[in-house]
Amino acid sequence: MLKLFKGIAALTFAVVAALGFVAPATAQTPPNVLVVGQIAEPAALDPHTVTAVNDFRILMNIYDGLVRYKSGTLEVEPALATSWDISDDGTEYTFHLRDGVKFHDGTDFNAEAVKFNFDRMLKDDHPYHDTGPFPLSFFFSSISEVTAIDPLTVKFTLSEPYAPFLSNLAYPTGLIVSPAAVEQYGKDFGRHPSGTGPFKFVEWQSNARVVVERNDDYWDGAPALDAVIYRPITDANTRVAEMLSGGLDLMVEVPPDNVATFSNDPNFTVYEQAGPHLWFLILNAKDGPFANKEVRQAVNYAVNKQALVDNVLQGTATVASGPTPPAFNWAYDETLDPYPYDPDKARQMIKDAGFEGAEVTFLVTEGGSGMLDPIPMGTAIQADLEAVGLKVKIETYEWNTFLGIVNPGLEGKGDMAEMAWMTNDPDTLPFLALRTEAWPDKGGFNSGYYSNPKVDELLEAARKSTDQAERASLYKQMQEIVYDDAPWLFVANWKQNAVTTSRVKNFALQPSFLLDLRKVSKPN
Amino acid sequence: MFGSLTRIIGPDMLAYILRRLIAAIPVLIGLSIIVFLIMALIPGDPATAILGAFATPENVARINQQLGLDKPLWDQYFIWVTNMLQGDFGRSYILNRPVLDEILERFSATLILAGTSLVVCSILGLLAGIVSAVRQFTWVDRVVTFFVLIGISMPSFFLGLLMIIVFAVQWRLLPPSGMFAVYGGGDLPDLIRHLILPAATLSVVATGVIARLTRAAMLEVLRQDYVRTARAKGLDERTVIYKHAFKAALVSVVPVIGIQAGFVLGGAVYIETVFQWPGIGAMLVKAISTRDILLVQGGVLVVAAAYVFFNLIADVAQALLDPRLKT
Repeated sequence: MLKLFKGIAALTFAVVAALGFVAPATAQTPPNVLVVGQIAEPAALDPHTVTAVNDFRILMNIYDGLVRYKSGTLEVEPALATSWDISDDGTEYTFHLRDGVKFHDGTDFNAEAVKFNFDRMLKDDHPYHDTGPFPLSFFFSSISEVTAIDPLTVKFTLSEPYAPFLSNLAYPTGLIVSPAAVEQYGKDFGRHPSGTGPFKFVEWQSNARVVVERNDDYWDGAPALDAVIYRPITDANTRVAEMLSGGLDLMVEVPPDNVATFSNDPNFTVYEQAGPHLWFLILNAKDGPFANKEVRQAVNYAVNKQALVDNVLQGTATVASGPTPPAFNWAYDETLDPYPYDPDKARQMIKDAGFEGAEVTFLVTEGGSGMLDPIPMGTAIQADLEAVGLKVKIETYEWNTFLGIVNPGLEGKGDMAEMAWMTNDPDTLPFLALRTEAWPDKGGFNSGYYSNPKVDELLEAARKSTDQAERASLYKQMQEIVYDDAPWLFVANWKQNAVTTSRVKNFALQPSFLLDLRKVSKPN
Repeated sequence: MFGSLTRIIGPDMLAYILRRLIAAIPVLIGLSIIVFLIMALIPGDPATAILGAFATPENVARINQQLGLDKPLWDQYFIWVTNMLQGDFGRSYILNRPVLDEILERFSATLILAGTSLVVCSILGLLAGIVSAVRQFTWVDRVVTFFVLIGISMPSFFLGLLMIIVFAVQWRLLPPSGMFAVYGGGDLPDLIRHLILPAATLSVVATGVIARLTRAAMLEVLRQDYVRTARAKGLDERTVIYKHAFKAALVSVVPVIGIQAGFVLGGAVYIETVFQWPGIGAMLVKAISTRDILLVQGGVLVVAAAYVFFNLIADVAQALLDPRLKT
């Protein structure tokens, strides 16, 4: 027994000694190195194989696209392409490439490299097509051919005019990877990334960190930071604790409950940025009460969206007015005001339509990309709808199961379902989720079977036009009709947030929800 | 090698161990079929997990075909078994790396955490149980019982958050999460610093369970005639308690420690999530939610094998302590 006690004493001593000679345990992070708290381990560092914003936050700093979003906007500006010409019919895009750019592995960026990138994603017979799958390659499904005209000129031929093409190129799926690195690493390229971006990949230790360092030869000027360390911390509370204890310089997706803690502390700065996000309820327009337009409008009046945004989301979102988020400032119809909160009117409309006391099934998810706080939001909506005379039965599903139920269509399963989208072009969401041609049986996301020929026509026309002013006008007309038809219950537009320590300078969130660290510095 | 093993534990015991190991094989095969079927039956698939909101039937079919998930279920299972028997556990759909690499890294992290916790909870639990039994109904017993009860009742994830708030955020003594520092560090002291909070949290419940059982076992043994005889012989109390009573009580406590080994492995799921410990529990949770079938299969097999192994060790230890149980 004495031995046992000796053992414990030795162990205790070892622990105390370990504590002692490395104290203080949580020293500050070193200068010029930015430690970023991510919400999860990245899936891969190959921009063509991933879909999560979490991964994009790293990728945007390792790679460049032909074009990129102008800082603070969702408008496109030159990046690896210095300029481009679009044919009059909108089916040929010719890009003039930046001269003298090299990938991190030392190989040249040129027209052949661009062709390699898109052929790998799109052509089944490409020798490196098996390094996929490429889940978002359909962003570029309108491309019929990529031609390298000369080393610095590349031509994309589209099968039909496709207006979102440029903004899809600015999206992370359009980032350009080094063909030589893909050839060298094959399926493991996602763990040995090589791009042209402001930071070079150094190492990826699974479940611990991804490290990138400054690219001194960056064509757009070397960044101020020496290195960036991305740490995956899946639990939000733990992420907050790391931030508070000095283990992080920057954390994204601060839980609503913790925003006040940081904004009241002079050691931290909180950033907010509205983005192209919409949180809404899909209403089943095919059968049940919501086949009736008045009832769909009534629920839009019935829900107190301001209270949802203020109380449940604690100010981390704004009330949505229609199908297009205001972040698409050029296409957003500013004359639309959100449906006002008017329970009396809602109750009367439901009564007039003959659905007082009708039972509706409400599909709610437990979590999921962009879904914010789906259960509390769902129960708040349930309470508001009960108050105007509907009986709301909630069914809750885990995210993956939920998508498997909702995406194939609501018929026979529910009357309404929670949903959220983050997109990069005003075309994406309505085109994929509001057209008649986008009903689930035709491969789209119109799970509520909304159909209005005028909306179909406007969206088709907007996709074919290459004139932004014309597109804007078409989208605005679409928004007015959809607002009135109310195929969805429009709820909220999320504001992305982040918090940095006060040592971090020149940081700004982008409306694209991507993380741009080129200008960021941390001098001490 | 078997020769020296036989000398220590005897040929009967060796045969018993071999029998148990062989009996584990059908258990593991059955388990892999069950896990495979459950993963196939629950709604959702890796393609939906990858595509998220973009999961149209068309896109899902395209991805499933590229991942080989469009093949019939039994084909998929046999492909998996055949590859696994050759040491190839396949490639994770979501992590884009070989399943085996991920599992080995993750499982060693879990072993470090669970192993440390098991040692800590065994020592503390036995000590607390003995003290409590020997000093039954004194204030020492009451204090120990009080803390044991708190330990058993406190949800471990909550305790973990409390630990983080007090020791990492308020006092800044220890890092709140991870296994190593992200810059510098990487050595043993760094590991120990990161290990203290999660291991302590994970130990608390198991310590309570072991303490309670040790106390009960000790109380029972202390009432036995031979203990009275030993006391009557004039042996001093320490010898009576540690030589006679404790050894006998250990026979009924050791299997509980074996069970606690399983509990610590399972409890690691919460703790790993709260403390961002890169172990296999946190990995499995994510793999299940993303329907990463191969990763789930591999992970469950490894955990189950470990469970079988720990139970075997506990049974063997019990048999060695108690000659009556030797076959």
